[in-house]
Amino acid sequence: MEAIEIIKEDQVLDCSGTLCPMPIVNTSKAIKELQPGQILKMISTDAGSPPDIAAWSRQTGNELLRSTTEGGKFVFFLKKA
Amino acid sequence: MSKSNPNAPKRLALISSKGTLDWAYPPFILGSAAAAMGWEVGIFFTFYGLTLLKPELTASVSPLGNPAMPMKMPFGPEAFQNVNFAIPNLLMANVPGFETLATTLMKQTFHNKGVATVEELRSACLEMDVRLIGCQMTMDVFGFKKEDFIKEAEIGGAATFLEYAADADIQLFI
Repeated sequence: MEAIEIIKEDQVLDCSGTLCPMPIVNTSKAIKELQPGQILKMISTDAGSPPDIAAWSRQTGNELLRSTTEGGKFVFFLKKA
Repeated sequence: MSKSNPNAPKRLALISSKGTLDWAYPPFILGSAAAAMGWEVGIFFTFYGLTLLKPELTASVSPLGNPAMPMKMPFGPEAFQNVNFAIPNLLMANVPGFETLATTLMKQTFHNKGVATVEELRSACLEMDVRLIGCQMTMDVFGFKKEDFIKEAEIGGAATFLEYAADADIQLFI
Protein backbone atom coordinates (compact mmCIF):
# COMPACT_ATOMS: atom_id res chain seq x y z
CA MET A 1 0.00 0.00 0.00
CA GLU A 2 1.27 3.42 -0.91
CA ALA A 3 1.71 5.77 1.98
CA ILE A 4 -0.38 8.91 1.70
CA GLU A 5 1.36 12.01 2.88
CA ILE A 6 -0.59 13.97 5.43
CA ILE A 7 -1.23 17.52 4.29
CA LYS A 8 -1.77 20.02 7.08
CA GLU A 9 -4.06 22.82 6.08
CA ASP A 10 -3.92 26.38 7.43
CA GLN A 11 -7.54 27.13 6.68
CA VAL A 12 -10.69 25.14 5.89
CA LEU A 13 -13.45 26.31 3.57
CA ASP A 14 -16.65 24.27 3.41
CA CYS A 15 -18.61 24.96 0.22
CA SER A 16 -20.99 22.03 0.74
CA GLY A 17 -24.46 22.63 -0.62
CA THR A 18 -23.47 25.36 -3.09
CA LEU A 19 -23.24 24.99 -6.85
CA CYS A 20 -21.19 26.57 -9.63
CA PRO A 21 -19.77 29.19 -9.56
CA MET A 22 -19.87 29.72 -5.78
CA PRO A 23 -17.23 27.09 -4.84
CA ILE A 24 -14.56 28.80 -6.94
CA VAL A 25 -15.78 32.29 -6.06
CA ASN A 26 -15.48 31.49 -2.36
CA THR A 27 -12.21 29.61 -2.85
CA SER A 28 -10.80 32.67 -4.55
CA LYS A 29 -11.91 34.87 -1.63
CA ALA A 30 -10.51 32.46 0.97
CA ILE A 31 -7.10 32.11 -0.70
CA LYS A 32 -6.71 35.90 -0.75
CA GLU A 33 -6.69 35.79 3.07
CA LEU A 34 -3.72 33.39 3.14
CA GLN A 35 0.01 34.01 2.91
CA PRO A 36 2.02 32.51 0.00
CA GLY A 37 2.81 28.88 0.77
CA GLN A 38 -0.14 28.42 3.12
CA ILE A 39 -2.65 25.68 2.39
CA LEU A 40 -6.41 25.88 1.99
CA LYS A 41 -8.55 22.78 2.41
CA MET A 42 -11.75 23.17 0.42
CA ILE A 43 -14.72 20.84 0.78
CA SER A 44 -17.46 20.72 -1.86
CA THR A 45 -20.50 18.65 -2.79
CA ASP A 46 -20.70 20.10 -6.31
CA ALA A 47 -19.85 17.39 -8.85
CA GLY A 48 -18.48 20.14 -11.10
CA SER A 49 -15.83 21.06 -8.56
CA PRO A 50 -13.09 18.51 -9.47
CA PRO A 51 -12.64 19.83 -13.03
CA ASP A 52 -13.44 23.43 -11.99
CA ILE A 53 -10.95 23.57 -9.14
CA ALA A 54 -8.29 22.04 -11.40
CA ALA A 55 -8.99 24.73 -14.01
CA TRP A 56 -9.05 27.45 -11.35
CA SER A 57 -5.69 26.20 -10.06
CA ARG A 58 -4.13 26.27 -13.55
CA GLN A 59 -5.49 29.75 -14.24
CA THR A 60 -4.49 31.32 -10.93
CA GLY A 61 -1.21 29.46 -10.30
CA ASN A 62 -2.34 28.32 -6.85
CA GLU A 63 -1.17 24.71 -6.80
CA LEU A 64 -3.68 21.89 -6.38
CA LEU A 65 -1.77 19.54 -4.08
CA ARG A 66 -4.48 16.92 -3.84
CA SER A 67 -7.99 16.33 -5.15
CA THR A 68 -9.81 13.54 -3.39
CA THR A 69 -13.11 12.41 -1.88
CA GLU A 70 -13.92 11.97 1.80
CA GLY A 71 -17.23 10.58 2.96
CA GLY A 72 -18.96 11.36 -0.32
CA LYS A 73 -17.61 14.92 -0.49
CA PHE A 74 -14.92 16.36 -2.73
CA VAL A 75 -11.86 17.60 -0.89
CA PHE A 76 -9.12 19.81 -2.32
CA PHE A 77 -5.82 20.99 -0.89
CA LEU A 78 -4.65 24.21 -2.50
CA LYS A 79 -1.35 25.92 -1.90
CA LYS A 80 -1.34 29.68 -2.28
CA ALA A 81 1.17 30.89 -4.89
CA MET B 1 -2.99 40.22 -33.51
CA SER B 2 -1.61 40.26 -30.03
CA LYS B 3 -2.92 42.19 -27.09
CA SER B 4 -1.54 45.66 -26.57
CA ASN B 5 -0.11 44.59 -23.19
CA PRO B 6 1.21 41.01 -23.23
CA ASN B 7 1.50 40.97 -19.42
CA ALA B 8 -2.12 41.89 -18.81
CA PRO B 9 -4.32 39.28 -17.16
CA LYS B 10 -6.76 37.33 -19.32
CA ARG B 11 -9.85 39.28 -20.19
CA LEU B 12 -13.49 38.28 -20.69
CA ALA B 13 -15.89 40.59 -22.53
CA LEU B 14 -19.57 39.73 -22.35
CA ILE B 15 -22.68 41.25 -23.87
CA SER B 16 -25.82 40.57 -21.87
CA SER B 17 -28.85 41.21 -24.05
CA LYS B 18 -31.68 39.34 -22.34
CA GLY B 19 -33.48 40.21 -19.13
CA THR B 20 -35.34 37.05 -18.19
CA LEU B 21 -34.34 35.03 -15.14
CA ASP B 22 -32.89 32.12 -17.12
CA TRP B 23 -30.77 34.46 -19.23
CA ALA B 24 -29.77 36.62 -16.28
CA TYR B 25 -27.66 33.78 -14.89
CA PRO B 26 -25.04 33.11 -17.62
CA PRO B 27 -23.36 36.56 -17.66
CA PHE B 28 -23.11 36.76 -13.87
CA ILE B 29 -21.98 33.12 -13.52
CA LEU B 30 -19.27 33.46 -16.16
CA GLY B 31 -18.33 36.92 -14.94
CA SER B 32 -17.89 35.90 -11.31
CA ALA B 33 -16.09 32.66 -12.26
CA ALA B 34 -13.65 34.50 -14.53
CA ALA B 35 -13.01 37.16 -11.88
CA ALA B 36 -12.40 34.37 -9.34
CA MET B 37 -9.68 33.10 -11.69
CA GLY B 38 -8.04 36.49 -11.63
CA TRP B 39 -9.27 37.62 -15.04
CA GLU B 40 -10.47 41.08 -15.99
CA VAL B 41 -14.18 41.05 -16.77
CA GLY B 42 -16.47 43.58 -18.40
CA ILE B 43 -20.16 42.94 -19.03
CA PHE B 44 -22.07 45.18 -21.40
CA PHE B 45 -25.80 45.33 -20.78
CA THR B 46 -27.86 46.15 -23.80
CA PHE B 47 -31.52 45.95 -24.80
CA TYR B 48 -33.42 43.76 -22.32
CA GLY B 49 -30.23 42.99 -20.43
CA LEU B 50 -30.27 46.57 -19.13
CA THR B 51 -32.83 45.69 -16.46
CA LEU B 52 -30.16 43.54 -14.79
CA LEU B 53 -28.47 46.77 -13.70
CA LYS B 54 -31.47 47.94 -11.67
CA PRO B 55 -31.05 47.89 -7.88
CA GLU B 56 -34.06 45.59 -7.49
CA LEU B 57 -33.87 42.62 -9.82
CA THR B 58 -37.27 41.61 -11.11
CA ALA B 59 -36.15 39.11 -13.74
CA SER B 60 -38.78 36.48 -14.38
CA VAL B 61 -39.05 33.35 -16.49
CA SER B 62 -40.72 33.69 -19.85
CA PRO B 63 -41.63 30.33 -21.29
CA LEU B 64 -42.82 32.05 -24.49
CA GLY B 65 -40.89 30.87 -27.50
CA ASN B 66 -39.21 28.34 -25.26
CA PRO B 67 -41.38 25.27 -25.75
CA ALA B 68 -38.63 22.85 -24.75
CA MET B 69 -38.47 24.42 -21.30
CA PRO B 70 -39.03 21.75 -18.69
CA MET B 71 -40.92 22.69 -15.57
CA LYS B 72 -39.33 21.22 -12.47
CA MET B 73 -41.36 20.94 -9.31
CA PRO B 74 -39.35 22.07 -6.28
CA PHE B 75 -41.42 19.99 -3.89
CA GLY B 76 -42.65 16.43 -3.45
CA PRO B 77 -40.79 13.13 -3.65
CA GLU B 78 -37.66 12.88 -5.80
CA ALA B 79 -39.36 10.87 -8.55
CA PHE B 80 -41.94 13.62 -8.90
CA GLN B 81 -39.27 16.32 -8.92
CA ASN B 82 -37.43 14.52 -11.71
CA VAL B 83 -40.40 14.67 -14.04
CA ASN B 84 -40.03 17.21 -16.85
CA PHE B 85 -43.38 18.86 -17.27
CA ALA B 86 -43.51 20.12 -20.81
CA ILE B 87 -45.44 23.33 -21.10
CA PRO B 88 -48.37 23.34 -23.50
CA ASN B 89 -48.29 26.38 -25.77
CA LEU B 90 -51.81 27.30 -24.82
CA LEU B 91 -50.82 27.67 -21.17
CA MET B 92 -47.88 29.93 -21.88
CA ALA B 93 -49.76 32.55 -23.76
CA ASN B 94 -53.17 32.47 -22.22
CA VAL B 95 -53.14 31.65 -18.55
CA PRO B 96 -52.83 34.73 -16.34
CA GLY B 97 -50.16 34.35 -13.72
CA PHE B 98 -48.35 31.61 -15.60
CA GLU B 99 -45.08 33.55 -15.73
CA THR B 100 -45.27 34.20 -12.01
CA LEU B 101 -45.80 30.50 -11.38
CA ALA B 102 -42.94 29.48 -13.69
CA THR B 103 -40.68 32.08 -12.04
CA THR B 104 -41.54 30.91 -8.54
CA LEU B 105 -40.94 27.27 -9.45
CA MET B 106 -37.59 28.02 -11.06
CA LYS B 107 -36.39 30.20 -8.17
CA GLN B 108 -37.46 27.61 -5.60
CA THR B 109 -35.82 24.75 -7.52
CA PHE B 110 -32.58 26.73 -7.89
CA HIS B 111 -32.67 27.53 -4.18
CA ASN B 112 -33.25 23.89 -3.21
CA LYS B 113 -30.34 22.79 -5.38
CA GLY B 114 -27.99 25.38 -3.86
CA VAL B 115 -27.70 27.76 -6.81
CA ALA B 116 -26.94 31.33 -5.79
CA THR B 117 -29.50 34.00 -6.63
CA VAL B 118 -28.84 36.44 -9.47
CA GLU B 119 -28.49 39.16 -6.80
CA GLU B 120 -25.79 37.16 -4.99
CA LEU B 121 -23.91 36.52 -8.23
CA ARG B 122 -24.08 40.18 -9.20
CA SER B 123 -22.76 41.16 -5.75
CA ALA B 124 -19.93 38.64 -6.14
CA CYS B 125 -19.09 40.21 -9.51
CA LEU B 126 -19.02 43.70 -7.99
CA GLU B 127 -16.88 42.56 -5.06
CA MET B 128 -14.33 41.24 -7.55
CA ASP B 129 -14.31 44.45 -9.60
CA VAL B 130 -16.20 43.15 -12.61
CA ARG B 131 -17.12 46.18 -14.73
CA LEU B 132 -20.84 46.44 -15.44
CA ILE B 133 -21.52 48.79 -18.31
CA GLY B 134 -24.92 49.97 -19.51
CA CYS B 135 -25.48 50.72 -23.18
CA GLN B 136 -26.26 54.42 -23.57
CA MET B 137 -28.26 54.04 -26.77
CA THR B 138 -30.69 51.46 -25.33
CA MET B 139 -30.98 53.53 -22.17
CA ASP B 140 -32.18 56.45 -24.32
CA VAL B 141 -34.57 54.23 -26.28
CA PHE B 142 -36.14 52.64 -23.19
CA GLY B 143 -36.03 55.80 -21.11
CA PHE B 144 -33.50 54.67 -18.49
CA LYS B 145 -31.32 57.15 -16.62
CA LYS B 146 -28.00 56.36 -14.95
CA GLU B 147 -29.74 56.94 -11.59
CA ASP B 148 -32.07 54.01 -12.36
CA PHE B 149 -29.13 51.64 -12.07
CA ILE B 150 -26.86 50.47 -9.27
CA LYS B 151 -24.23 53.07 -8.47
CA GLU B 152 -21.39 50.82 -9.66
CA ALA B 153 -22.77 50.73 -13.21
CA GLU B 154 -20.80 52.57 -15.87
CA ILE B 155 -22.24 53.87 -19.11
CA GLY B 156 -20.82 53.40 -22.59
CA GLY B 157 -21.55 52.76 -26.23
CA ALA B 158 -20.54 50.41 -29.01
CA ALA B 159 -17.05 51.86 -29.32
CA THR B 160 -16.49 51.42 -25.57
CA PHE B 161 -17.38 47.74 -25.83
CA LEU B 162 -15.40 47.14 -29.02
CA GLU B 163 -12.26 48.73 -27.61
CA TYR B 164 -12.57 46.59 -24.46
CA ALA B 165 -13.40 43.45 -26.46
CA ALA B 166 -10.51 43.98 -28.89
CA ASP B 167 -8.11 43.26 -26.06
CA ALA B 168 -10.18 40.41 -24.62
CA ASP B 169 -9.30 36.73 -24.86
CA ILE B 170 -12.95 35.70 -24.90
CA GLN B 171 -15.96 37.62 -26.19
CA LEU B 172 -19.46 36.23 -25.85
CA PHE B 173 -22.86 37.54 -26.82
CA ILE B 174 -25.49 36.28 -24.41
